[in-house]
Parts: sequence; structure tokens; C-alpha cells
Amino acid sequence: MTAPQTMFAKIWNSHVIAEIGDGTALIHVDRHILHDLGGSRALLDVKERKLAVHDPELTFATIDHTVSSAPGRKGTIPSGIELMKALRTETAAAGIRLFDIDQPGQGIVHVVGPELGITLPGALLVCGDSHTCTHGGVGALAFGVGWSELAHVIATQTLYQRRPRTMRVLFEGRPAPGVTPKDLILALIGTVGTDGGTGYAVEYAGSAIRDMSVEGRLTVCNLSVELGAKMGLIAPDEKTYAYLEGRPYSPKGAMWLRAVDAWRALPSDDDAAFDREVVIDVTKIAPQITWGTSPEHVVAVDGRTPDPAAIADPDRRKAVQNALDYMGLAGNAPIAGTPVDWVFIGSCTNSRLSDLQAAAAIVRGRKVASRVRAWVVPGSENVKRDAEAEGLDRVFVEAGFEWREPGCSMCLASNGEQLAPGQRSVSTSNRNFVGRQGPRARTHLASPAMAAAAAIAGAITDVRALEDGR
Amino acid sequence: MKGFTRLSAIAAPLMRANIDTDIVIPISRMIGNSVRGTVGKWAFTALRYRPDGSENPEFVLNRAPYRDAEILITGPNFGCGSSREPAVWAIQEMGIKAIIGSGFGDIFYNNCFQNGVLPVVLDPQTVQAIAEEVEETQGTGKVTVDLEACQVVTPSGRTVKFTVEPRRRTGLLEGLDEIGATLRRDTEIRAFQQRDREERPWIYRPGSDS
Ligand code: SF4
Repeated sequence: MTAPQTMFAKIWNSHVIAEIGDGTALIHVDRHILHDLGGSRALLDVKERKLAVHDPELTFATIDHTVSSAPGRKGTIPSGIELMKALRTETAAAGIRLFDIDQPGQGIVHVVGPELGITLPGALLVCGDSHTCTHGGVGALAFGVGWSELAHVIATQTLYQRRPRTMRVLFEGRPAPGVTPKDLILALIGTVGTDGGTGYAVEYAGSAIRDMSVEGRLTVCNLSVELGAKMGLIAPDEKTYAYLEGRPYSPKGAMWLRAVDAWRALPSDDDAAFDREVVIDVTKIAPQITWGTSPEHVVAVDGRTPDPAAIADPDRRKAVQNALDYMGLAGNAPIAGTPVDWVFIGSCTNSRLSDLQAAAAIVRGRKVASRVRAWVVPGSENVKRDAEAEGLDRVFVEAGFEWREPGCSMCLASNGEQLAPGQRSVSTSNRNFVGRQGPRARTHLASPAMAAAAAIAGAITDVRALEDGR
Repeated sequence: MKGFTRLSAIAAPLMRANIDTDIVIPISRMIGNSVRGTVGKWAFTALRYRPDGSENPEFVLNRAPYRDAEILITGPNFGCGSSREPAVWAIQEMGIKAIIGSGFGDIFYNNCFQNGVLPVVLDPQTVQAIAEEVEETQGTGKVTVDLEACQVVTPSGRTVKFTVEPRRRTGLLEGLDEIGATLRRDTEIRAFQQRDREERPWIYRPGSDS
């Protein structure tokens, strides 16, 4: 009998081309998705070295980071236009499939990968973006790489990678109403910290994960990198197969059956050992909101900001005080009721159809507070079309939201899609870093439902109050 | 890529925890195919400059002698966040060649090696102690980072050993071309693909039914 194995080990082992010592292996890359920010640079690097693209049919490209989300794409900055042009020219020359603006398939790379069936269980997928861990939600081993590594993947279809340790997070129990996948993963980051997963491949499991939709699982895996883990993954199951079946790049017919058969062997064996295990009781989790400048600066919406005076360690006290000062918040004060200027519903964390449905359910028949500017930026052209077919765009527009074109947008403040200095947003994205949404911008991360509630109330609000009586 | 062997230089302590790559280089300064060589002046924008664009004298790299630092001593989880490689370029373009810290964002750590910058991982107490030693000399005491001997020498002459994966060490010492080296194993790569194609044909023919 072979020793019990984790899902991570099964996928990893099947991709090792050569062990090169010291825990590092040369591994095969099954899927590589390029985007506008680093994609053309990497293709040009390879061309300048007079090398060929090793496997163009395993490589895909989309446009997300630098394109304006304004109607008609007005306002894309010249350097962004330059990047998009270069990506078009270089992918065409290399025979790489590009999903261009206004085509089905265009969108945030981590939304379109699973949506198109490019991402598959057991596949090893990389992309020059740290949130590539998202794709683990369908059981892929996926992680972000740097730009130099992109050129390596393009030219060789391989990568050197040190084998990470393994960590399992068990989310057990049934979440209370108003508590979403985003709240579960934020609560975990609050518990283990932003470096709690550094050096690990994290597998999420437990009853709450089994009960969760595939889109929710993608949200959970998306924030893996915010706990320091390059890779996060979830065992594929019947829901995963139902989600992937019939997608444009999923296997078809007999090949589909053969693939599903193989995927059924992927989940971790019962007695597989993990280097670290964390158990989270989800019944104790309330809707979450960040108060500071790191995703670990998170509290329940009915909680209070931390009290620096109560922190003994001087470095930690100073760090908390700095974060409160940056955010313009008092210590030991309720977080609910904090007035907001902006609400952003979008990003690879929370811009899928179910996210927009959850936000629309709060917004329907209500009005955005007059002090708030609120945007919905669908994660992909397909999400946008599906949402419009359901009339969600009208729900948002009638409430006073702007309905925009798919892309990263305000998540990273490109194209001037950003807050003014000192302004405050509730955002469904994944990073509340200093300056992430513009110089001196203040970002509170939350779920789509919480963001929608903040837009209506004009302040950080417990979404459960708005959900009651509906 | 330029290699790294040994360096004795001014070291600047920047001990704040969780400095992410958005802080190291804001997105607005790194869009384009030829930003390399232009990002150094925007490194650490939010910490380094005041809102009116003038230098913030509080920021360590704005002060003498740290202005001339070639080594950065950092707090925990430095370089977490976005995978943007211009974060390394920006630090490098400020003249930094080695970074000593207790832990780095994974992708940032890797990007350092790809660009000839040496990240040195030591335990948090040791990093703190080196920072304190440097501060006691008002920054004038030099720190030595020696990749051949895998050691750091502190201003007071204390020697601290560090480890780095042999492949990365050789790569930096010799300034190796990684892509070229991998392509010399291309027969092996293609043999893997041929075997794997039998096992998992759906990987190699996306969207196909046979
Ligand atoms: S939506 Fe934000 S986090 Fe996601 S890929 Fe785009 S910029 Fe990165």
C-alpha cells in the first residue's frame, strides 16, 4: 500500500519533470494565462532572445489590469493602450489565444480561467499575478509567478519551484445568515495573520467548504495569498464537475468522462498528514470588515477597532496606531457607522455572477446614499452579459450604482479609477494596503452584500439589519 | 543578469512589518513595456514623499548616511502582496543590492534572485539586533553580506550564518541564464510531455473531445 497523500502532493508529484535537489523541482506548467500588465513584456523578452513559445496552445491571454472600465473603455491611459497593442501583436505572432475587449472571454484573468474551463482540476496553472491562487477553487494547483519567470514558462513550459509545506484549514459548521465565503476567509486571515500561510500550500476543507458553491470556493482561494500562501486549493467534487462541464475549454464527450474519472482520485486521502492544521468554527463568524491597512486588520461588523493603549508590545502598538491614523479612525470605537465615500463591487475576489446577485438582493428597491459613489465592475464580459440577462444591471443603475465594463479597475487604482486622497471606500477586493486604491485612499474590505449595504446606508453597516424583513 | 558575491556597505533599517509591493512601487508608476530604469525614483512613494511631493525627512532612505545604503534591513513579511517585479527594480534602482529580513513575500523573494538582488533570511531577533547595531553607529557602521561564505558580518564584527538554496546561490554567484540552462534539458521536458499526453490528453488539447 502506498502512503496516504494530500491532494497537493498528488498534483505536485504528477508534474515533476526532474528533482534538482534541496526540495526544488523542475515542474511542468499545464496552463499559462498572460495578462496585459506583464504579458507583452514577457513575450518580447522571449522574442529578443530569439526563442520560440514552447506550447502556444497551453497559453492564453486576456486584458484586465490596465484597461478602463468606463463605458466605451474611454480613459484608458496611453501606456495601457501601448501594453494592450503589444499584447495583441505578440500573442497573434505566437499563436496564443487572446480574449480581447468586448469578446466573450475577456475579463479578470482569475475570473475567466475557471469560467472558460481553461482551469481544470489537477492542472498546474501559473500566471504573473499573485491572486492566481484563486484557480485552486476548482482543484487546480495554481500560483502567481514573477515577470522573469513568465519568460521562463513561455520559453520552456516549465518552472523551478521549491516544494511548499502543506497546511489544511477546516471550516466546520453552517455559517449564519449574512455570512459569506468572503467573511470566512477574512476571519481566517484575522486569526492566523498575513504571514500565517507563508511557505505553505493551503487546502481548504470541512463541511462549510463542501456546502459552498464553486464561485464561493474561488473567493476563498483568492485570498490565500493574503495569508502569505502562494497556493490555495479545494478538492473537486460533483459541484465542480457540474460547474465545469460544457465550458468552452473543458474536455468534451468521451474525453470529459475520462477526465472526471481521473479527477475523482485527486482529493486528499483520509489519513494524509499536513504540516499544519487550523480548524475554524464558522458558526462563530459574523460579517467581517477590515479596519486597517492589512487584510489581517479585520473585525466583525458589530465589533470595535483595536485599542492601542491595551497593546503591551510597543512595536505592535505603534503599528496599530499607524494603521488607525492612516484610516482616520479612533481606537476602541465601533466600526459600524463609519461614513463612506465610495463603494466598489468588483475584483477577482467578488465579481462573479453570484456576487452580483448577492449585492443586488440588498440593493433592489433601495437607493444609494447621496454621499456615496458606487460602482459595479463585472469580472468578465460573460458575467456582464449573464447579469444583464437577469436584469441585475437595471437593479444597480436604478439604485444609483454605475454599471461598468469588466476589468480590475478600482481594485488596483489603474487608469485613475481611484479614490481621492483621504476618501474612504468599502470594497469587495482583496487588498486594503496603504495607497492601493489611490494615494492616501482608505479601503475597507468586505463581502458584496456588506458593500451593497454600505452603499445604501452611506456608512459601514451590518448587512444583517438590511436582510431582515426581506 | 549581474551576479552577487560579497558586499560591505551602509545598511538602512526599515523595520515596519508587512511592507507590501504596492508601497514599494505604486501601480501608476509601472505601467508600460519600458518602465525598467524609471521606477527607482518612485520607490516607497507613500513613505518617502510628502503629499506636496517634497521628501519626507522621517523616511530612513532620505537621511544621511542611509541615503547611500546598499543594504536594506526589513521587518517581517517584506514584499508581501502583488507579484509585480518592478518592486525589485525600484529598490535596485535606489542602489540596494541585498535585503536582510526575517521573512519575505514568496514571489518577491523569488523575483529578487531573478534580478541579482540577494534576500537574506535570518530569525527576527537577529534581524532586530543588526538593525540596533546599525542605529548605534548612526548608520556609519557597515554591514557585510557574503554570499560565498553565506554569512553576514554586523558593524561590531559579529558573524551570522545564513542559508540559501544551492541552486539560487550558484545562480547569483555566477549570474546564470536560467532559461538557457532549462532549454538544455528540453529533450527531458518533451519526453515528460509525451508520457503525460497519454495519461492526461485533455490537458494538451484544451476543449477537445478526443
Ligand atoms: S482584480 Fe485586483 S487583485 Fe485581482 S487580478 Fe486584478 S488587480 Fe489583481
